[in-house]
Amino acid sequence: MRVEVDRGRCVGAGMCVLTEPAVFDQDDDGTVLLLDPAPPAAGHAAVRDAALVCPAGAITVQDGPR
Amino acid sequence: MTRFDDTVTMPTTRPAGCPFDPPTDLAALRDEQPLRPMLYPDGHRGWLATGHAAVRAVLADRRFSSRTELMHSPVPREGMDGPLPSSPPGMFINTDAPEHTRYRGLLTGAFTVRRMRLLAERVDEVTREHLDAMQRQGPSADLVTAFAQPIPALMICELLGAPYSDRDFFLEHTAVFNDFEATAEQQAASVTAFGGFLHDLVLAKRAAPTDDLLSDLTRTDLTVEELTNVAFLLLGAGLDTTANMIALGAFALLTTPDQVALLHADPERSVEELLRYLSIAHTMVRVALEDVELDGRLIRAGDTVTLSVEAGNRDPAKFPEPDRLDLGRRATGHLSFGHGIHQCLGQQLARVELRVALPALFTRFPSLRLAVAPQDVPLRSGVDILGAHRLPVTWDAP
Repeated sequence: MRVEVDRGRCVGAGMCVLTEPAVFDQDDDGTVLLLDPAPPAAGHAAVRDAALVCPAGAITVQDGPR
Repeated sequence: MTRFDDTVTMPTTRPAGCPFDPPTDLAALRDEQPLRPMLYPDGHRGWLATGHAAVRAVLADRRFSSRTELMHSPVPREGMDGPLPSSPPGMFINTDAPEHTRYRGLLTGAFTVRRMRLLAERVDEVTREHLDAMQRQGPSADLVTAFAQPIPALMICELLGAPYSDRDFFLEHTAVFNDFEATAEQQAASVTAFGGFLHDLVLAKRAAPTDDLLSDLTRTDLTVEELTNVAFLLLGAGLDTTANMIALGAFALLTTPDQVALLHADPERSVEELLRYLSIAHTMVRVALEDVELDGRLIRAGDTVTLSVEAGNRDPAKFPEPDRLDLGRRATGHLSFGHGIHQCLGQQLARVELRVALPALFTRFPSLRLAVAPQDVPLRSGVDILGAHRLPVTWDAP
């Protein structure tokens, strides 16, 4: 899995940090920080949830080869 | 429900005896057409979205505007026709990008998940202080004024940086806002008093900054008018909403006591379900800035779209058995804080307040119960947010 974030679209709601704090964080301005662009399989479901609940559509998830 | 040329009017009548349920006709409309034409009271032909997917899609789509001066009201407003009034500078909830981006960007850093979690201890202290007072004065209370209102009021007061000596001013005027026996003049006087108070607070923070949100904002290029309106917006958004979530959350749990154990077992999950089930900010409005095709419908530029968040949150296509309060359910994806660029800025603060306050209430008073019949709890009506004016409760003194 490859994760990408668009910091320009991010509105700082914090939903990704709430959903998967191992992969997403917020900087001092509240904008998303990607901690792990290739998270381990155990976190994939939570990362997909985070992409789904992001209010700004700022998270993209691509399923790569396992 | 009035039918007129394949259009309906906004349903507002809630089912008798079901204080937490959306207007009955909304569910029927949603099941028929999740996005459908609606006739507005001023004659405007716009839209009503009731399905979860449709509500979410409009909120996420930046071709829909939040500017009130472009909108038609979905419900009648006394003596007013046509578009709603525009908002003063700083009321960024009613603006679009890039104006909205500028204001919101100045604030998001103050409301991050981490910063709000750091406040949990302070929320806990404020909560215990009010539970102690209830216990001293008990064994009965109005949960709205004794508990639900003061906790968010004091938290937003501290966040803005209002001095401790102004607590009573905050609490007094907060109570007037929610008092349905207060006259329009009294409520207008409280709005004016808050406006004056915040204006003075902005000037004081500008002259002598301290370690708080408002002081940080005075270091930006916002004018005094903008700063005052931003502070007003944060106050209005942070106070009434959370207060009514605490009150209605407690009310819902008092009528479904089997759910309380689930609240204690998993407060985080429980709060999401209460947010979904109660949907207190039940209706949002947007307007199309250009022609948009959605759900096989053509929404034309200038059309107002009313979004029924409460109908979306009770959509069986998204949440099975949606009308059942089930604190064990995963309510992820609810729309109670909205969606899109305007999604609630203070939602992480609200979550912390609810996760701390509600379990603490039921831990302190395990025998807590309503002191009146559920149908006698005076509820708010109208278009703003759901809530209870009073919630008389009692408990067994130890």
